Amino acid sequence: MAEQPHVDLSGSRDTADRAFSWLAIAAATLVLLILGLIAVTMTNRASGVFGKMGFEFFTSKRWAPPEGEFGALSFIWGTIYTSTIAIVIAVPVSLAVALFITQLAPRRLKMPLVYVLDLLAVVPSVVFGLWGVLTLAQPIQGVYTHIHNAVAGIPIVRSIFGDTPQGRSFMTAGIILAIMITPIITSLAREVIETTPANEKEAAYALGATRWEMIRGSIIPHSKGGIVGAVMLGLGRAMGETIAVALVIGASIGQISANVFSSGNSMPAVIANEWGEADDIHKSGLIALAVVLFAITIIVNVVASSIVRRSMARSRGARS
Amino acid sequence: MIDPVAQRALDLRARPSWRTAKNTIMSGVMIGGFVVIAIPLVAILWSVISRGAHSAFAQFPDFFTKPIPNISRLPGPGMGPAIVGTLLVTAGATLLAVPLGVLGAVYLHEYGRESKFTRLVRFMAVVMTGVPSIVMGLFVYVMWTMRFGYSAFGGSIAMACLMLPVVIGATEQMLRLVPANLREASYALGATQSRTILTVVLPAALPGIVSGCLLAVARAAGETAPLLFTIGAATQLNPHLLEGANNALSAQIFVNATSSFQAAQDRAWGAALTLVLLTFTITMIARVFTARVATKR
Repeated sequence: MAEQPHVDLSGSRDTADRAFSWLAIAAATLVLLILGLIAVTMTNRASGVFGKMGFEFFTSKRWAPPEGEFGALSFIWGTIYTSTIAIVIAVPVSLAVALFITQLAPRRLKMPLVYVLDLLAVVPSVVFGLWGVLTLAQPIQGVYTHIHNAVAGIPIVRSIFGDTPQGRSFMTAGIILAIMITPIITSLAREVIETTPANEKEAAYALGATRWEMIRGSIIPHSKGGIVGAVMLGLGRAMGETIAVALVIGASIGQISANVFSSGNSMPAVIANEWGEADDIHKSGLIALAVVLFAITIIVNVVASSIVRRSMARSRGARS
Repeated sequence: MIDPVAQRALDLRARPSWRTAKNTIMSGVMIGGFVVIAIPLVAILWSVISRGAHSAFAQFPDFFTKPIPNISRLPGPGMGPAIVGTLLVTAGATLLAVPLGVLGAVYLHEYGRESKFTRLVRFMAVVMTGVPSIVMGLFVYVMWTMRFGYSAFGGSIAMACLMLPVVIGATEQMLRLVPANLREASYALGATQSRTILTVVLPAALPGIVSGCLLAVARAAGETAPLLFTIGAATQLNPHLLEGANNALSAQIFVNATSSFQAAQDRAWGAALTLVLLTFTITMIARVFTARVATKR
């Protein structure tokens, strides 16, 4: 998509014209203004907690708002752990689906499949949470018990798929998150894969490659960067997801465990769950969590978007 | 970044039977991936429809009009205030985000072009789509709700912050598809730039912009986290956008999902069905507009 050179033919500009252009600039600046205001006002509101706890905010796992103790470590752990589980599940599935839609599916099936995935993307997160807590949590506890019993003899795996499985746990939260981010990763990966130049694919076929060898040899090397970016955008979404996680993670305080079947808490979930009963200083603590969450997701998204943008620019260059 | 020469060469000399077998296995894996993602989708929709229809349509139309029972263990209908609240909040957010987002995109594509500033704004708009909705909610709580109290409008602001970058992105993409000679023709007739944009460029891109905005609205209508801190939890109907605590379907589902009473859970399923129908309907309308763009081109 080559940009046309801008030819300024507009000539003399009256007041209304100039006013409109200023309005447009103001609207565009709003993006920067909002992001800046989020950083400043929320840090400001949480400064009491940050000042009091100092670095211990990140290293202590003791979260006792009535005593003014705010240690966020267990929530940071929960956020990272649940989103890791989600990524581990979602990435292979998304790639398989993206390749299925772009390479394997008959042309007539392609658009309906894309529609179905888009529908999955607009299901509200609270509906995922409702389904997770009322329908999924109970039966899946039995599945967890089976898995735990099956791996009971293997040293390290045993502690990951640990004992006393809970229906509301890191794992259930990870599964729900995986269902939620799969459409996002799939649609981005699909876009990247479709930029693979036809001649690279044909070259592979001309050498006698099977379809899978063509995917390995032409599509994957071409799309690697974009797919990494897509996965990171999915990761950012998973880390910030609130309501679905708040309903299925079990909301236990101070739990740092490698056991995927134990209950825990994540940063956004604890904010949603505790806000209702929080007093003023407690609210500052929760806003401090949001500031940390904001910082992490901004970093993840900046890195991810630069990767996606660079890889898209490169593939565009390769095509022309 | 990835050097095509450096990647490990594929060995096309392996035994043909193994190569075709591997191809078949991987094709199976791809189809399997689709089945894996289809299962939860079907399961969720089935739960929502079967349990929601029982609760929402057994008591038609009371479920959609009656207030929410104050004592949550009592069975019976009532999601009216939440439905009105969701519509109010979403309409308010649309009125805020769509004009601002379209204007922002107009700046990026029609005025700024490729300056450093536009590139920064464009990049930050993409980053802004990744800001968690709960952070937006708390931001609006600090900026607005702490001063003016609970209202549907507070929820609208939070939701509009989430929609803004989506609207900007979708609109700019559509503006790119407007041929430059349309603009030049307008200038040749002596129109100013703002007039050209308002009477030529935007109408040409309209179906695509409508489609993109509707998708953003559908996504936003289901958001819960930004509403938890901004709209309160009214159980009586409140048709005012600007004053008084309100409620929303998503927020009420969240409250009821944590309840241990069957009656409250039933109402949550009914509300979930209502919300899913609402978001799907908006998405379908968006599809109609997308189809129009596709056939026109």
